[in-house]
Amino acid sequence: MTRGRLWKRSLVVALLSLLPVIASGCAVIGGSPQSVNRPAGDSMRKIWDLFVPIFWLSVLVFVLVTAILLFALWRFRRRPGEDRRPEQLHGNTRLEIAWTMVPAIILAIIAVPTLSLMFELDRDPGPDALTVRVIGHQWWWEFQYPEYNVVTANELHVVVDRPVRLEMDSEDVIHSFWIPRLAGKRDVIPGWNNVLSFTPEEVGTFPGQCAEFCGIQHANMKFQVIVQTQEEFDAWIRQQQQPAAEVPADPLAARGRELFLTPANACIGCHAVAGTDAKGQVGPNLTHVGSRGIIAGGVLENTPENLAQWLRNPQAVKPGNKMVLPRQLTDEEIEALVAYLMSLQ
Amino acid sequence: MSDGTAVGHAPQAHHTTTGISHNKMLMWAFLASDCMFFGSLIWVYMVYRGRSLEGPYPQEILNIPYTSVSAAVLLLSSLAMVLALHGIQHGNMRRFRVWLGATAALGALFLGGQYFEFTEFYHHGLSLEQNLFGTTFFVLTGFHGTHVGIGIIWLVTLILMSLFGRLSPADAERVEIAGLYWHFVDIVWIVIFTLVYLIPY
Amino acid sequence: MVESALKLERARYERSALVEWLTTVDHKKIGILYFWSSLAFLLIGGLLALLIRTQLIVPDNTFLGPQTYNEVFTMHGTIMIFLVVMPLNAAFFNFFVPLMIGARDVAFPRLNAFSYWAFLFGSLLLLSSFLFGAAPDGGWFGYANLTSSRLYSPGLNIDFWVMGLQVLGVATLASALNFFVTIVNMRAPGMSLMRMPVFVWMTLVTAVLILLAFPSLTVGLVMIMFDRYFGTNFFNPAAGGDPVIWQHLFWIFGHPEVYILILPPMGMISEILPTFSRKPLFGYTFVVFAGIVIAFLSFGVWAHHMFAVGLGPVPNAVFATTTMLIAIPTGVKIFNWLGTLWGGAIEMKTALLFAASFIAMFTIGGISGVMHASVPVDYWQTDSYFVVAHFHYVLFGGSLLAIMAAIYYWFPKMFGRMLDERLGKLHFWLTLIGFNLTFFPMHFLGVDGMPRRVFTYSADMGWDLWNLVASIGAYLLGASTLLLFVNMLTTLRKPADAPADPWDGRTLEWAIPSPPPAHNFDVVPVVRGRDAFWIEKYGAEEVVGPAPERHGAESGHNPHNPHNAGSGDEAGHGSSAGHGQSAHIHLPPPSWFPLTTAAGLTLMGAGMVVHATESLASLGFPIVGLGIAMVVVSLLGWTFEPIHEESHA
Repeated sequence: MTRGRLWKRSLVVALLSLLPVIASGCAVIGGSPQSVNRPAGDSMRKIWDLFVPIFWLSVLVFVLVTAILLFALWRFRRRPGEDRRPEQLHGNTRLEIAWTMVPAIILAIIAVPTLSLMFELDRDPGPDALTVRVIGHQWWWEFQYPEYNVVTANELHVVVDRPVRLEMDSEDVIHSFWIPRLAGKRDVIPGWNNVLSFTPEEVGTFPGQCAEFCGIQHANMKFQVIVQTQEEFDAWIRQQQQPAAEVPADPLAARGRELFLTPANACIGCHAVAGTDAKGQVGPNLTHVGSRGIIAGGVLENTPENLAQWLRNPQAVKPGNKMVLPRQLTDEEIEALVAYLMSLQ
Repeated sequence: MSDGTAVGHAPQAHHTTTGISHNKMLMWAFLASDCMFFGSLIWVYMVYRGRSLEGPYPQEILNIPYTSVSAAVLLLSSLAMVLALHGIQHGNMRRFRVWLGATAALGALFLGGQYFEFTEFYHHGLSLEQNLFGTTFFVLTGFHGTHVGIGIIWLVTLILMSLFGRLSPADAERVEIAGLYWHFVDIVWIVIFTLVYLIPY
Repeated sequence: MVESALKLERARYERSALVEWLTTVDHKKIGILYFWSSLAFLLIGGLLALLIRTQLIVPDNTFLGPQTYNEVFTMHGTIMIFLVVMPLNAAFFNFFVPLMIGARDVAFPRLNAFSYWAFLFGSLLLLSSFLFGAAPDGGWFGYANLTSSRLYSPGLNIDFWVMGLQVLGVATLASALNFFVTIVNMRAPGMSLMRMPVFVWMTLVTAVLILLAFPSLTVGLVMIMFDRYFGTNFFNPAAGGDPVIWQHLFWIFGHPEVYILILPPMGMISEILPTFSRKPLFGYTFVVFAGIVIAFLSFGVWAHHMFAVGLGPVPNAVFATTTMLIAIPTGVKIFNWLGTLWGGAIEMKTALLFAASFIAMFTIGGISGVMHASVPVDYWQTDSYFVVAHFHYVLFGGSLLAIMAAIYYWFPKMFGRMLDERLGKLHFWLTLIGFNLTFFPMHFLGVDGMPRRVFTYSADMGWDLWNLVASIGAYLLGASTLLLFVNMLTTLRKPADAPADPWDGRTLEWAIPSPPPAHNFDVVPVVRGRDAFWIEKYGAEEVVGPAPERHGAESGHNPHNPHNAGSGDEAGHGSSAGHGQSAHIHLPPPSWFPLTTAAGLTLMGAGMVVHATESLASLGFPIVGLGIAMVVVSLLGWTFEPIHEESHA
């Protein structure tokens, strides 16, 4: 086999092997609950609409460059045994000016909508917006609704078509707040009061997660944004505003409450339950933990089994997390605690 | 390090593309780099200026007359450096040694003044940990002091070399290069002195 | 009896060979040391990459725990940037820059040796963290305050990172100073700036970038160190400190760093494409100035790494604009490389294939970079797998493919042996396919909202397919890299077969035997134009570049057959000048002091790490003191070392 034929054949093989990747790529992307190409908020929708034309311009540039490259390689290849020396051409100023101008024009075309959208995204949503304070903690999120005096963790409830204004701060290191289908990222920096605004446009549950490396469990610093109708949201707020202080009727849950509030068990050192002695500020507020869909920074769905698993050994579920039990809980104690926590609706 | 290298390759210095010796070119390049080093430190100092959450604050403890004197001492040392270089360039080794000794001594006086200033501040409760002013002040002026200290060692080495006959008027350029470094450190101090001490808080 | 005497003799000989390498100040030997060290580190960094891809091959994998994973990706990035791409570039600077400018060595041979040893020891300090189970785990850009506070990073992990990088920084700065002076000051007669090979130009630009960018990293690392060791408040929010200051310091270094990694490979491409097209580089002046403009602009774009920080729309607008501007000179380079190929007589050697693939792959990385410059788009893409895809297209598809091209191109000159072309082409195709299979799907993962630096993901995220494909690609890429090593090692066992000028080269390194003699040039060449050696071989219709002083050269044609290699050949080269004198070639003597200085410096860093331990803390400062003493004594020895030169005439 001659060198030329080998070269041609391998080129064909290479291109063919890449084609299915690229082709199927276009078909199989967008299937994730975090896919940005299915925006569900105004902010991400505008970003995606800006991206698409830039993407096609990019494809054009790449195809052009690669086509010239491949054509030149094929057309001007030296055949075996050929020993020619081409004209020693040093350049062409007119061409240079042309290919300096063309990218400049393309970039100017990109720059205009870029800058205008950037200023638009930064605009304050106005007084009607729902303001939520977002506090990043190492590997979970705290959400405070100052308007309603509600504090929750890992679940952000917002209203469809009502602008949201997130004021963000961090308790420890730098995090980044990202709900891919609703908006772009905004870093959550200790000492900064960053603001991220967007308007959700679709009812549903949208997962998000921390996007700035923040330590051992960065991957498990997840949360959900639950976009609701106004009625659903109002109902949720009413429920969250109720104190959850009474001793539950269920004796098992009552036993769990007792365990939870015993200082030696250390729960109340970190966690708060409104209306009780539990006033810890380190871990998530548990006043209505039973009503939440996820726990442990989004690692587990909130089911009695999962909660029990978590209480048995939180370090096995999420190694390195800040929840350290003073002692191993017995099965009976875990059962009681689960009953109590699930009763906190 | 640069001084060590400078000595080893003097013989090549005469045939260079630009006509500037390797050693001098190295020093200029190093100083450009060092500008960025001090530039970064000074930039951080300026960003944190006036942002300490607790005292002691600079306006409470900076002693401008005192530091003006030590700044003048450092400026004088640059003059002595010029005279030392003039000495060796004109073959007067005695004058060279005297003035280079004076340069080093003035530098040492400056360092002593800085040591005294640091201890004074420390007694007023300013430490590296105390606040942003302490953090940025000590690190910035400390690195400048380190530069002065390295310069003194360099100058003393040159004096010793001349005493042992290993430095002759033919090597005047080595002194010139040490002088470049010395003047640079001096200029940096003028910038620090202006930004840290003179501009009112 | 005789046998044992022979053994003794042999041992003495081997020891002296070892000593020769440890004390060498020859730029070519130092280049070879850089070459093999960084290739060894490439294997380590590549192995770490395979660990990453194995962990992510399926959802909810438990192959690596989170701590191990974080250490692995941090070390992968740190190794590939500081221990592989930069020193591989340095290997070629060392070996070829003096040859290409017609010099006998670099300006400061001992400082050069010091750079290498400090690089090696700093690397080993960094890597030794694995032995103590405390590899750095803060990401390659180690964002404060995660890294600056012992509250959030209590172990020795970050201490190893800070100290290792400081030692490497000193090595890099020393090397940059050296190459700056060498290129400015040691060019052969007639080698005006605008006649320098583009690789030399890019080395010069890179040296300037290092000199101006690294101090900012040094200062940042000093601040992290002081925060961790001495309780300062640089990045401590509780005292009013701002962790974002670190990001500024880091990226003022970090963005020029990207060009420190890519400009030398662009220089390599600018040598390889003309050689195999048998045409001069198209638009030489534009390529050179594009490189300078890129370097200049690279200091004004750092905050594009920080668009999501919330600096405000005005700073973001400024940095978006400068970032887009930097794409223009980059585009100019790409078009000029295409122009070089156009109309050439292209020989399909492995080196050319790698160089040509660089153009296409780097273009992908370049245009995804333009996407990031669009701030709103970057709000999505930053810190997602889209960005992981982007910088691998730049640093692998760009830097490493060009370095592979350079290995195939220059290996014969370095080792006197031709690499196997058949194996080389297999290596090329496997690399190209494996590379795209690994990194192209990461764009899709970015669209699917996968953040970077996650050690796991759950099955319901829909990320399994592309992670699986990427992992398969990575194994392929790993296998292809092994082929390179097989090729090099088998080639080295062959008898020397490389002629002086195997590719019909254009620049001066091809005028001397392969491998070159210790003194490089018997006679210092006189340069009569750009592509100096080509002109000597074939004559120039017009001498290119400004024609400076002639040195009384008789500028007639000096034709000789390029394929008829031999050491006698190049003696004639430049002999017409009557300039060089072959009688007294002085080479600097070997020295131990560069090595001991570097060891002392590293000991200082190691002492600081020891100081951070619990059990051995009291030993820390004594070790630092020992290191300082070692540096001081070595420098004194260095200063007063006899400089009488051995005569090799």
